[in-house]
Amino acid sequence: MFIWKDILEMSRNIPLHQVILNMEMFETGVDPDEIKEKLSKMLKVILEEAETQYGKKHETLTGMTGDNAFKLRNHTPNFLSKFSYMATVTALSIAESNASMGRIVACPTAGASGVIPGVFNAMVKIFNPTFEEMLEAFIVAGGIGKVIADKATISGAAGGCQAEIGTAAAMASGALTYYIAKDAEKVGNAAALTLKSIMGLVCDPVGGFVEVPCVKRNGNLVNIAISSSEMALSGIKSVIPFDEVVDAMKKVGSSLPQSLRETGEGGIANTQTAKSLVSNLKIFLL
Amino acid sequence: MNLLKVVGPVMVGPSSSHTLGALRIARFVYKFIEGRPEEVSFILHGSFSKTYKGHGTDRALLAGILGLRQDDPEIKNVYEIADKFNLKYRFLFEDLGDVHPNTVRIRVLKDGMTHEVEGSSIGGGDIKITFIDSVPCELSWDYDTLVIVNRDAPNALKSILSTIKVNVANLYLRRVNLLQERALTIIELDEPINNLEEIRKLPCVFECYFIRRDD
Ligand code: SF4
Repeated sequence: MFIWKDILEMSRNIPLHQVILNMEMFETGVDPDEIKEKLSKMLKVILEEAETQYGKKHETLTGMTGDNAFKLRNHTPNFLSKFSYMATVTALSIAESNASMGRIVACPTAGASGVIPGVFNAMVKIFNPTFEEMLEAFIVAGGIGKVIADKATISGAAGGCQAEIGTAAAMASGALTYYIAKDAEKVGNAAALTLKSIMGLVCDPVGGFVEVPCVKRNGNLVNIAISSSEMALSGIKSVIPFDEVVDAMKKVGSSLPQSLRETGEGGIANTQTAKSLVSNLKIFLL
Repeated sequence: MNLLKVVGPVMVGPSSSHTLGALRIARFVYKFIEGRPEEVSFILHGSFSKTYKGHGTDRALLAGILGLRQDDPEIKNVYEIADKFNLKYRFLFEDLGDVHPNTVRIRVLKDGMTHEVEGSSIGGGDIKITFIDSVPCELSWDYDTLVIVNRDAPNALKSILSTIKVNVANLYLRRVNLLQERALTIIELDEPINNLEEIRKLPCVFECYFIRRDD
């Protein structure tokens, strides 16, 4: 089981990404180089797909989404930085590709699979890092995801969207922070700040399908990852340590009623428009 | 949950339980019967039957039964692939009783033989195979798996096990039919075997299938 406090402790003398690989070896017996190799394959798929899907139109399974990335790509941003804009377009692109049965990396889940590509694609385009630098940041993202998976859950059905896209964003903010600062403490603060801001987000997919509100949540919450990382890099600390934020998130998740955990019965899914959309969808779906 | 599972897997969307899990159940059947069937019926239960198209469960199942891998971008176009192979397929909806909401029963015809496998997609892409040819079991397909129909007689298990040179992770033995003296032995292995023919030639073995896990 991964606990952030232990990871921090060990990263005093060893780089954070190496600590994470070592801990994984203690748990699974798998050689750190082998884990790293497998992670690098996943990162390659993420980067490849981000490149090919960027700003594309997609024909999604229900048709409720599919042209959002395209719209944003053809728009000149007024407020977003170049980095945030690229991250947002990428996150929407991958989330829409996911909804049209495209190839994705379920990092940490299929529904939340746009956030991590968002920050890594922007990193490539804006900072031009080496693959190794990105891989180290990606390993750190994985470590944060695993702390949440071990202590709480990363499934929307179990813990709401905070556990799914919330985890994705916490992972992304940790990765960004590590890429810039290589500072484990700041990484933990970034992840905690992110998760605190998404605390309580419910899972309410319209009709139960991974499209509305999932696609746009990927696009929006990647920005929480970015701003949290920026705050952490400036030295802002989370008053509540990451481990405790995760514990709190778990408690919030299990106190959510069933209707707000992927059943498609509450929240956005329970609106007038959602209900009439779904009854129209049924005609061609079944 | 291990790190690679948190960060991955690589798959086609949109849902690990409705797409990836469904594909893996069907792909298990493809490997079990050692190739594409001529005919297949997918009997969908619960949530699988209600939302199967919106989650791409239909295409995932077809892709699995045709042997496509979980990250094959062609899964989208699997209806055309199925037609190319002249696969006869049907989707049926049935209440399969007190089972997991994401359950499918797959009936296949290949080389004149019919098989029926039931499985559930239990979340995160994990599956549980619950019936093989109407014999209950509980397989995760996290291991290389041997499924053997053997004579329900003394020493049968012993002679099977003596041919297996790799480490056995789990072992299940169930009587299928006392009168026909048939039993089903399922062996989950840490490594693949390479002497399948030797096991098939054992006098106590009627049928033997080896289902390698995906890496
Ligand atoms: S709303 Fe639910 S299904 Fe959609 S991304 Fe969030 S957790 Fe996943």
